[in-house]
Amino acid sequence: MESPDWAKLEIAPIDYQDAYYYSAPKTGDGPKSLDEVDPKLLETYEKLGIPLKEQEWLAGVAVDAVFDSVSVATTYKARLEQEGIVFCPISEAVKMHPDLVRKYLGTVVPYTDNYFATLNSAVFTDGSFVYIPKGVRCPMELSTYFRINAKNTGQFERTLIVADEGAYVSYLEGCTAPQRDENQLHAAVVELVALDDSEIKYSTVQNWYPGDENGVGGIYNFVTKRAHCIGRNAKVSWTQVETGSAITWKYPSCILTGDNSVGEFYSVAITNNRQQADTGTKMIHRGRNTRSTVISKGISAGRADNTYRGLIRMQPKAEGARNYTQCDSLLIGDTCGAHTVPYIESRNPTARIEHEATTARISEDQLFYCRQRGIGAEEAVSLIVNGFCKEVMQHLPMEFAVEAQKLIGISLEGSVG
Amino acid sequence: MALLEIRNLHVKVEGKPILKGLNLTIEAGEVHAIMGPNGAGKSTLSYVIAGRDGYEVTDGQVLFEGRDLLDMNPEERACAGLFLAFQYPVEIPGVSNTTFLKTALNAVRKARGEGALDAMQFLKYVRNKAKPLGVGDEMLKRAVNVGFSGGEKKRNEILQMAVLEPKLAVLDETDSGLDIDALRIVSEGVNALRDPARATLVITHYQRLLDYIVPDRVHVLADGRIVKSGGKELALELEAKGYAEYVGAAAA
Ligand SMILES: Nc1ncnc2c1ncn2[C@@H]1O[C@H](COP(=O)(O)OP(=O)(O)OP(=O)(O)O)[C@@H](O)[C@H]1O
Ligand SMILES: [Mg+2]
Repeated sequence: MESPDWAKLEIAPIDYQDAYYYSAPKTGDGPKSLDEVDPKLLETYEKLGIPLKEQEWLAGVAVDAVFDSVSVATTYKARLEQEGIVFCPISEAVKMHPDLVRKYLGTVVPYTDNYFATLNSAVFTDGSFVYIPKGVRCPMELSTYFRINAKNTGQFERTLIVADEGAYVSYLEGCTAPQRDENQLHAAVVELVALDDSEIKYSTVQNWYPGDENGVGGIYNFVTKRAHCIGRNAKVSWTQVETGSAITWKYPSCILTGDNSVGEFYSVAITNNRQQADTGTKMIHRGRNTRSTVISKGISAGRADNTYRGLIRMQPKAEGARNYTQCDSLLIGDTCGAHTVPYIESRNPTARIEHEATTARISEDQLFYCRQRGIGAEEAVSLIVNGFCKEVMQHLPMEFAVEAQKLIGISLEGSVG
Repeated sequence: MALLEIRNLHVKVEGKPILKGLNLTIEAGEVHAIMGPNGAGKSTLSYVIAGRDGYEVTDGQVLFEGRDLLDMNPEERACAGLFLAFQYPVEIPGVSNTTFLKTALNAVRKARGEGALDAMQFLKYVRNKAKPLGVGDEMLKRAVNVGFSGGEKKRNEILQMAVLEPKLAVLDETDSGLDIDALRIVSEGVNALRDPARATLVITHYQRLLDYIVPDRVHVLADGRIVKSGGKELALELEAKGYAEYVGAAAA
């Protein structure tokens, strides 16, 4: 197989033999204390208000429990078990719940799906598994920090979330703190399965190391994320805030098979300096009266490139299906780029598709107005950009949203000035 | 020491001289009004004071409480107590009035060495300021100036001023676009800040505003200079006679 090249991205060739496919927890290498860590990184942790212990862990300081690809024991396990909820490493699920895993794993993203999905399927070692039984509302947000902190380690995590009939779950992935590393390939696969009347909310805040001002050393994030609304009235929403990585290449998608099922995609993608992002979604309408909403906010600064690529497909049986897509781009400065590439396919005459796209610049007038009120230039940019992203941010769980707001400001530092 | 002292100010915009040796001194506790024909340089003056980009100061000085204002960036000037009510207030989509005001107030408080107000403290504070101006919770929640009527935008400027409590407020045609009731409300807002330690510079085309905000001094700005100064009766005289006399004199 060959690596695909259709995206608007410039990718240096990846030596797959050089990427370590699996790295188990290890201690010893890495900085001995925070004094040995890049002060710029520490400054960012400070701004995000991250506790000292966690700073050490994020920066890869050899503390007692540094974990790599192997999932950490999940907290609140007892509370979840009470409700019959399964939330565990997928390696454990294979042993404890083989029927569930066998029934759903690979049904949404088959191993033949795409280059990186194949790679993942061949070498994945671990990831998370979630099962919410019939009629159960998961009493807490489930969250997993994805961690990449060993040198030259490809990450091939696998996540499977199944919401049984009438179930509800909100899942948080990611971490607002940047994690430093060499050019690392991250090719995870996430599969969501939603049965009748169930709802899955999947939120991501991605802030992996984007590389230095020239993009050197940043992480490649090529993730395959897809949801299947199998049941009637099932609902899946993807919310993502993408600020990190050297290259982001992902299209969290929904296959809307069940009648009246709903797919949503809310995205903020920020690129600064040399970062590149080619991201968007696919909404495949198969059932009757299926609905999808896509709201994408792309922000580019520096010499970055930001592409929205989205597919809306109405299958012949998608009687009365509807889609609404809104793509807004915001440019900061005049050396960056924003591109919108919509693909629209309708094979049902009763289906309705609406697409709106805008491109704007942060105006000098807006900046001056804020500064005249005492708000410094960088804070003003952060305020204006957060306003621009509001329709997406309001879909994030509360505590995540507050961190994500700060993060947006930080990722645009130095973009005006 | 005067609160604001402008000496022999020369300013070019896009290479074209707009202000040509302007002098103006405002003492704490005073209200000054500037009137003058369209295009005379009134808004230019307000922008130069506030520190907007694109205005090239070729000569002269602007001192604020003795500090060189031209040496400070816009946010430093704002934090030092300078406020400009814009002739054309700017829209900021997605940013609620409350968020904007809170961010601004906390920035200014920080510069003054005061602690930040938390959400609850701020809400109480801002409601107190908003009520007399007829600004309700609904308007506080809306995005800054987005979809506001002309009059609402002006009222919003005055609310920002009331919240930030500046030492010197420059109001650029805040009265234009206001209905009679709004004019009274806005004027009351300005008068509420009248205080021996503060001053206001009102730019207006209409003597009517000066019935509500009674000025200590009235200046005529024509062709980039203050060509005449007087008491409040000067405004009445201008209303009767127009600017013909000054435009001619300045051109000559
Ligand atoms: N950015 C600019 N580029 C070119 N000319 C400008 C610019 N800004 C201002 N000017 C010119 O400077 C002059 C003064 O403008 P200014 O807005 O200060 O006038 P004003 O006295 O406020 O007028 P009004 O009463 O109509 O508000 C005008 O001739 C205007 O066209
Ligand atoms: Mg003007």
